[in-house]
Amino acid sequence: MSSPEVTDTAGRPDEIRAVPVRRPGRWIAAAVVVLVAAAIGRSVATNTRFEWDVVGSYLFDERILEGLRVTVELTVIAMAIGIVLGVLMAVMRLSPNPLVSGASWLYIWFFRGTPVLVQLLFWYNIAALYPKINLGIPFGPSFIHADANTVITPFTAAILGLGLNEGAYMAEIVRAGIISVEEGQSDAAQSLGMTRLQAMRRIVLPQAMRVIIPPTGNETISMLKTSSLVSVIAVADLLYGAQIIYSVNFKTIQLLIVASLWYLALTSILYVGQYYLERYYGRGAVREEPLTPLQRIRLGLFARHEEGGR
Amino acid sequence: MSEPMVKAEAVHKRFGRHEVLRGIDLAVAAGEVLCLLGPSGSGKSTFLRCINHLEKINSGRLSVDGELVGYRQVGGKLHELRESEVARKRAEIGMVFQHFNLFGHMTALDNVTCAPINVRGVPRARARERGRELLERVGLEDKLDAYPAQLSGGQQQRVAIARALAMEPKLMLFDEPTSALDPELVGEVLDAMRKLAAEGMTMIVVTHEMGFAREVADTVVFMDDGVVVESGRPGEVLANPRHERTRAFLSKVL
Ligand SMILES: Nc1ncnc2c1ncn2[C@@H]1O[C@H](COP(=O)(O)OP(=O)(O)OP(=O)(O)O)[C@@H](O)[C@H]1O
Ligand SMILES: [Mg+2]
Repeated sequence: MSSPEVTDTAGRPDEIRAVPVRRPGRWIAAAVVVLVAAAIGRSVATNTRFEWDVVGSYLFDERILEGLRVTVELTVIAMAIGIVLGVLMAVMRLSPNPLVSGASWLYIWFFRGTPVLVQLLFWYNIAALYPKINLGIPFGPSFIHADANTVITPFTAAILGLGLNEGAYMAEIVRAGIISVEEGQSDAAQSLGMTRLQAMRRIVLPQAMRVIIPPTGNETISMLKTSSLVSVIAVADLLYGAQIIYSVNFKTIQLLIVASLWYLALTSILYVGQYYLERYYGRGAVREEPLTPLQRIRLGLFARHEEGGR
Repeated sequence: MSEPMVKAEAVHKRFGRHEVLRGIDLAVAAGEVLCLLGPSGSGKSTFLRCINHLEKINSGRLSVDGELVGYRQVGGKLHELRESEVARKRAEIGMVFQHFNLFGHMTALDNVTCAPINVRGVPRARARERGRELLERVGLEDKLDAYPAQLSGGQQQRVAIARALAMEPKLMLFDEPTSALDPELVGEVLDAMRKLAAEGMTMIVVTHEMGFAREVADTVVFMDDGVVVESGRPGEVLANPRHERTRAFLSKVL
């Protein structure tokens, strides 16, 4: 039998120094990537038809910036509606009451089953179906009377179309998150005297967030781009701003590049936001918190520092 | 004799057509420790869950501290309690689970203070102070800010005990609190439970720890196939079981 002392004094074996396996495939792949990237880079830089100076001059054009604002606004509001509706529909879907869960099922079925472009056009033209909007108790008195054409502006039609559609997708995402949380969590919460809804809000949903956030990030990024569909109902978003300009000066490609650059900038910001949200809701799920990119850079610098100092 | 803390009379429970509890009768006096033994699938967990109304019984009567579980009797009729009323009653019964079920997104201290703050409306500062005391009592004063994933099984189960105690329950239910633990961690959890028993807590403990049952229990109940086969003092039931089924079970676990 070996005792700890024996292994301690035995000393460490020589470190392994083996010739690494050669991987010629990797080198070939890397060469191809570099070559293709160089070719694209050169063509973009030297092809004068890109007219980068035109791109630059319209990048901060007033109409583009105004469109950008509308796009951001649409995305934020539609996602907010989508998330609220999604949580509501997901909780309803899991309700033991079949009428409640059925209503949620129907909603999801309808809004996921039709193209969002059709829904946008539908809301835009709702006045044809309901010239007057009356809100009140069904079959009872109504409190709010309005003219559909004045209430449903292109912007509200866009919000309704995008938000209601998003709600259906978010409902499925949130539901997947909720059922990913063990039932024991809800048992424990209820055994402590929480009601079903309290347990959902304080215990289940916060833990479901870990599963909900990544696809929600995808949805937001996707919404940012899907919102460009609203240009068909004359909402002056980013793409619409670009279209207005190139319909006059015919610099179509340059203005599409301008719009693309802004879309890319916005999605990049969303990436960063998503990273931090995931980190926040991942707490407790992993033993050690992952480093933020900033922390990682700082750590990397220090580590190199130390090595250099030795 | 005063009213027992828990009283079950002919309690039946079905899941679909599968009858899991087939007429349970038992009584637990205030301050008593009752250990519930029985083979897997005999309905022990189900019975515990019925006591705090996590499961609804199909027939019979079940009461805690003189009040029916989940119902109110008005005249000759039973009325179902509202969810908020059920919740209020559950808050007075602590439950400790086999797999701890700590809230993964909260630190140990937040696990302990969550219900007092959100259910009872205890001010945060007071709840945290009390939470610290409770965690200290189970020997975890240095783990206040640890998340469950950073704790060993034994530590997690002790947090779970502290969490249940934070609601100042009049009855504690333990469902195999040590059977998910490595053998060397069982002792620390049993110690915490022993202490609690010594302080006079009324406890129902489902366990396979015969040593604990022998030493701490006032009563041992052996269940099989949804009925109580025999019950009595640990000295009698564990040493001289009267029923063949009890004998067969004990010969396997001892
Ligand atoms: N929610 C449920 N739906 C259907 N059947 C269930 C449910 N919960 C428990 N059962 C069944 O009831 C029976 C008793 O289960 P229970 O968990 O009470 O047994 P137990 O005595 O605690 O066993 P163990 O020692 O394995 O924990 C089992 O046959 C089980 O399959
Ligand atoms: Mg069980």
